[in-house]
Amino acid sequence: MNFDLEKFKVHGEPLIYGAMISIALVSIGIVVGLTVFKKWGWLWREWLTTVDHKRIGVMYILAALLMLFRGGIDALMMRLQTAAPEMKFLDAQHYNEVFTTHGLIMILFMAMPFIIGLMNVVVPLQIGARDVAFPRLNAVSFWLFFFGAMLLNISFVVGGSPDAGWSAYFPLASNQFSPTVGNNYYSLALQISGIGTLMTGVNFIVTILKMRAPGMKLMRMPMFTWSVLITNVIIVFAFPVLTVALALMMFDRLFGSQFFTMANGGMDMLWANLFWVWGHPEVYIVILPAFGIYSEIIATFSKKNLYGYTSMVASMLIISLLSFIVWAHHFYTMGQGVMVNGFFSISTMAIAVPTGVKIFNWLFTLRKGRISFTTPMLYSLAFIPIFTIGGVTGVMLAMASADYQYHNTMFLVAHFHYVLIPGAVFAVIAGFHYWFPKVFGFRLNERIGKHAFWWIIISFNVAFFPLFILGLMGMTRRMYTYSAETGFGPLNMISFAGALGLAIGFVILVYNIYWSTRYMPRDENGDPWDARTLEWATHSPIPEYNFAVVPKVKSRDAFWAMKHDKQPLFEEPITKIHMPSNTGKPFVLGVVFFFLGFFLVFSMWIPAIVAGVGVLIVLAAMSFERDHGFYIPADKVIKTEKKLGGGTV
Amino acid sequence: MKVDTSKPLEYSTHENSNRIFGFWVFLGAEIALFATLFTVFFVLVNRFAEGPSGSELFEIGPVLIETFLLLTSSFTIGLAVHAMRHQYKRATLVFFGITLLMGLGFLGIEISEFVTYVHEGATLQTSAFLSSLFVLLGTHGAHVTFGFLWGSAIMIQLMREGINPATANKSFIFSLYWHFLDVVWIFIFSFVYLKGLM
Ligand code: HEM
Ligand SMILES: [Cu+2]
Repeated sequence: MNFDLEKFKVHGEPLIYGAMISIALVSIGIVVGLTVFKKWGWLWREWLTTVDHKRIGVMYILAALLMLFRGGIDALMMRLQTAAPEMKFLDAQHYNEVFTTHGLIMILFMAMPFIIGLMNVVVPLQIGARDVAFPRLNAVSFWLFFFGAMLLNISFVVGGSPDAGWSAYFPLASNQFSPTVGNNYYSLALQISGIGTLMTGVNFIVTILKMRAPGMKLMRMPMFTWSVLITNVIIVFAFPVLTVALALMMFDRLFGSQFFTMANGGMDMLWANLFWVWGHPEVYIVILPAFGIYSEIIATFSKKNLYGYTSMVASMLIISLLSFIVWAHHFYTMGQGVMVNGFFSISTMAIAVPTGVKIFNWLFTLRKGRISFTTPMLYSLAFIPIFTIGGVTGVMLAMASADYQYHNTMFLVAHFHYVLIPGAVFAVIAGFHYWFPKVFGFRLNERIGKHAFWWIIISFNVAFFPLFILGLMGMTRRMYTYSAETGFGPLNMISFAGALGLAIGFVILVYNIYWSTRYMPRDENGDPWDARTLEWATHSPIPEYNFAVVPKVKSRDAFWAMKHDKQPLFEEPITKIHMPSNTGKPFVLGVVFFFLGFFLVFSMWIPAIVAGVGVLIVLAAMSFERDHGFYIPADKVIKTEKKLGGGTV
Repeated sequence: MKVDTSKPLEYSTHENSNRIFGFWVFLGAEIALFATLFTVFFVLVNRFAEGPSGSELFEIGPVLIETFLLLTSSFTIGLAVHAMRHQYKRATLVFFGITLLMGLGFLGIEISEFVTYVHEGATLQTSAFLSSLFVLLGTHGAHVTFGFLWGSAIMIQLMREGINPATANKSFIFSLYWHFLDVVWIFIFSFVYLKGLM
């Protein structure tokens, strides 16, 4: 085999050397740190091999926070590049790479994993379960996501990043127009993490449908769990479409097949359709759980039960169905007929109706409530007006005829950030503040939290509102520079200032984690917010078995009913508890998949085949394993419960 | 592990019945996957470019043998599960083995078909029609290959451990998978081959 080092190298740019050096330094730092403090064994036993849904959730959230900063730095670089006319910070190629990885990372490796992280931590607790249905599969999901994300991340320094936009339209993404390996990374990194996500979908559907505590009928489920259930159904039906699309892309790029070519019968619009058949539901995969999170928080901090529970569920179901039939609104201008555009235009606008129902339900929940303005509540309240702006501009875009005017301008960029940032980012931050004490046993500092909140909310509007105007002025999307005559300069500068403010806000948020870990007093009873749902009925931090006794549910908001209507939750005596044991195989599987992906990116067939066989070997090893887990004896459970105090005994 | 003796062995524990349910959900995803592949195929089916069309390429003989093998193997895996429910270990293994051998036969014919196509100048690269044909058939074939390896692993476990809740559960789930591949093949047979031959 002729080994050509050149194709791995990315040249030029101080930025890339900077990135290489920082990656190298961080890696060395981690290795040295772990060795000096003798933490390798701890890392392996407690985290890399864990099958505990809470720990897996924490790892998802950590990875997502990391990716928030990676995607955020991309965003800052773009805003800096366009802050003034004729900037020379990034060249066209790098600008392309940066907006592509920014979009990909933010949606697939930040928003979605953050949500999956929260649902890992919270859902089993909310339904009174000891675990997810398939704990080992859950670990597999995480490691596939994680190593898929890492594969995409090394692309910046090894071989070059994808550069055809996060939607990777053909023919732009074909070998002819994107000759670097960048889009190979796209197809393989997304494929690997996508398989992990699909497994999560299967796992949580079974968990929610089969593992609920006795008495928790479907219509007694907390709203977050409902949103997660619907989201996972969308995942199970949407992700296979992505799997196929990415596989066809890989065949076209690596093996010369003719799916999306312009010659030989291929069809570039086929890619656009497949991509958005997955891509539009994907947007709801990140937004529906956000609705669930806000519902929990608004009900808790208004001291009221959620207004319109049934209509909340119904509207989510309708949104999920509609999300599958609106995909073509992403390419009105690509030459489909009037009838087609009309259909997609109307179905898109129809989504506004169930969404409006939800907004009104939240407002009615707030009405006459005893509202406490905690940090998570502030994010939830800010979400309502900002998301409404995003929604209204969305309806403007949904009108096919009008879309010819602002298609692919900054107006669109402003719109989707106005939907995605309050709809996904504020939600996960709110959920993070809300559930943090459950996992770690202490609250985040409220004063610092509010500080960060105001930075983030104000800067967000400063950063993105100007983009609406810029779009109407005619500034197109994905434009890496412009001349002074256009008059785009001042508004772009304002937007850059907003982006900086956002960055400051996020830094304060992380500082809060550090500060609170050191100085915040520990919670006493596991219920710091006087909340309503079952996850607050156990201790914080949560013992590994979640509940010493499986709760018996007799109404909605069961924990509230226990506290205020004296409905007993825990009636059975404590008995021994069955637990799954840790396993390193999911981690190894992730590593092997990483190498498989890497070798395929560079068309190194023999190592790729070896890695592929490796995948099969790990799968066989998992199949042959007979590990029935272990029991925690009853007296040990009782001892733990006594030590944690309060709660069930 | 609590074993509920009123249920068939493969459902006998809580975990087992969750697994079966989970596998049904997974099959939902598989349906979406193959539905997408079929859609791609139908979109591209008349785009031959310079290459051959289906009617020039397909021969009914081998395809009929493939169909016969897969359909029969779907029946024998049913017999294997039936024998398993009666705790007949030998019969279970025999039917399991026959199933996998027929799967292997299917694969052999499919591969030789592919080789013939390529010899006639019909490759993955020739036209959009052929790309979608190879990927649709290939995905199904890859599933059969995976099924062969997976089934072999289960057979070894059956031999070693006999019929217990774990192996019964695995065998039953495998049978669901195998039936599913059969159903997909029926669609391929009707909508790819028969329609292509017309
Ligand atoms: C935190 C502050 C953020 C800033 C300053 C920012 C900035 C930008 C800018 C300037 C672009 C347009 C690039 C161009 O068209 O030339 C862009 C594109 C995009 N952003 Fe953001 N963004 C931020 C956060 C997010 C978040 C949280 C998400 C998703 C959850 C997101 C998703 C996207 C997507 C999908 C694109 C389109 C990429 C493409 O055109 O391929 N962004 N962002
Ligand atoms: Cu859409």
